[in-house]
Amino acid sequence: MRLRKLVWKELFERKNQVVTGLLAILLGVTVIVAMRNITFYSEKAVAQELDALGANILVLPKSVTLQNYYSADIQGQEFPEEYVSRLANSNIQGVDNLSPKLAIPVQLDNRKFTLTGILPKSEFQAKSLWQGAGIFSRPTGCGTVANIPGLTPKDPKETLVRKRVIDTLNENEILVGADVAGALGVKANDNLSLLGKSFSVAAVLPQTGTVDDSRIFAHLHTVQQLSGKGKVLSVIEIVGCCDQISKGLVSKINHLLPETKVVTIGQIVDTQIKTNQMMSSLSLVFIAIIVLVGGAGIANYMYANVRERRREIGTLIALGAGSGFVLRMFLYKAILLGLVGGISGYLLGTLLALLLGPRIAGIAVLPMPTLIIWALMISVIIAVSASYFPARSAARLDPCTTLQEI
Amino acid sequence: MLNLENISKTYNHRHEPLTVFDGISYEMLDGDFISIVGPSGSGKSTLLLMLGGMMSPSSGKVVIDGESIYDLPPNQRAEFRRQKIGFVFQTFNLVPYLSALENVQMPLFLAGLSEVEQEERATSVLERLGLGARLAHKPSELSVGQQQRVALARMLANDPTVVLADEPTGSLDPETSAQVMDFFEEINQEGRTVVIVTHDPTVAQRAHKTLRLGDSRVPYDEQTPVWASVV
Repeated sequence: MRLRKLVWKELFERKNQVVTGLLAILLGVTVIVAMRNITFYSEKAVAQELDALGANILVLPKSVTLQNYYSADIQGQEFPEEYVSRLANSNIQGVDNLSPKLAIPVQLDNRKFTLTGILPKSEFQAKSLWQGAGIFSRPTGCGTVANIPGLTPKDPKETLVRKRVIDTLNENEILVGADVAGALGVKANDNLSLLGKSFSVAAVLPQTGTVDDSRIFAHLHTVQQLSGKGKVLSVIEIVGCCDQISKGLVSKINHLLPETKVVTIGQIVDTQIKTNQMMSSLSLVFIAIIVLVGGAGIANYMYANVRERRREIGTLIALGAGSGFVLRMFLYKAILLGLVGGISGYLLGTLLALLLGPRIAGIAVLPMPTLIIWALMISVIIAVSASYFPARSAARLDPCTTLQEI
Repeated sequence: MLNLENISKTYNHRHEPLTVFDGISYEMLDGDFISIVGPSGSGKSTLLLMLGGMMSPSSGKVVIDGESIYDLPPNQRAEFRRQKIGFVFQTFNLVPYLSALENVQMPLFLAGLSEVEQEERATSVLERLGLGARLAHKPSELSVGQQQRVALARMLANDPTVVLADEPTGSLDPETSAQVMDFFEEINQEGRTVVIVTHDPTVAQRAHKTLRLGDSRVPYDEQTPVWASVV
């Protein structure tokens, strides 16, 4: 006989009571683990999305609506290209990359696509006016996108997908989004006729999962010429240094270009971030609830257990058990209950997260082994704290009253 | 040697003091076989609990083998019980979720013996009581007589010098009752002091001495000491 064996045998003897006593703590831990798991992967997904987008600030015509980040530049409104010079020659700090664009609708094989004019990096550097600003010679730091295996494009042309800037693009070259290429059956080095002009496909861009997939990118000046609108832009995408964004980069740009609307991508993903914050806050609320309900459940079970075992405790004392032994016996049981509650809660919570993550948050969720430590800590601390007073009352039982027949 | 020295015991019953013993003294010799009889409420249970180190007297001393047991701190008193005292209860008080073997192992476990030693000694005592084939049975799977024998085995496991039994035959049929009393005689002959509380005159007669507890100070029997308890 050992203490562990004694406690296990007693637990198995009263399985139903144990399950009832543990239910609140088990469900609480399950919900917390599931929420934490989904929140973690949701935050990760937002971070990856942000990273994949590259640009984090848009300069748009004043009157556009912002229902969709990606379609904000195809609402048929423009502003002068001269704004790029203003930006490049300003003393605003924190502008890592600039990408002026003009987007116009085009039709190919009876399907609508967006032809987007972009200015390659080489032309920024060639223009003496902009050279002084040294936009692209600044050391890259906080605004530089991290390399993610599988996402980092190998072809320099494909840097457009991630950095919103490409090095070179001739006036008769185009880059084709993955969906366009799929729909039209074009590949690199094919020729394609757009608005009466023949283009050579410089590259097919990798799939991004965004509206960029249904766009065709050409040289800005070519698109301006084909559109017949002159030197205008529909958007300037900016990769701003995160640090500078928090120091008011957006308002500085707004001040410099008062006729435009300057927005951050942050505003668009704010909703997602708020949802995550709500989930985190809810987790805290759930922790508070299980501390109360789970603790009360365990304490109630333990008090009932002590009452039910008064005679057994009295007998143990008569056989020579000290109060320390009785206390240890109940606290050991509390630890076991906490471990069982924590492990089961972790397993159930993880299962719930794996099942519900893709359905409610639209994200793939993987098990998080680190959460088991939290689950066990919460569960064991609650079980032991809630059991302390019942255990102490057991240790202080008067054996005379427990042995009624004596 | 088991001495009661000038023992008094007063309870508080509904805010009124209730005196059960008032300055009694008695000496039990090693190897005594004593029955305690008396009407309900005469203090039989109180006396047994005080002898077993489970209820302290209001004044006076209980001395076992030269040690005043209520002058010991609670944990040492528990240790003292483990080493010297064996209890037997009317309803056996077996732990329902443990097997016969595990029930008998309990006092050995509390005494700190290894699992192997516990099993060896518990098996040997249960075999002595004819329960060698019932080691793995739980109390609910045993007859009443077998349950009492498991309780006797548990009492004997730690080789106590003093055996305290409360109505040990109260739940048994006459035949089993006689067997149990044979067993008490047997362990008494081994030199253990046996004290039995009983209502059954046949059982009381098997003891070598009888203490009668009554509700007056007038002795019931000139041959045995009598203490009055105030009810």
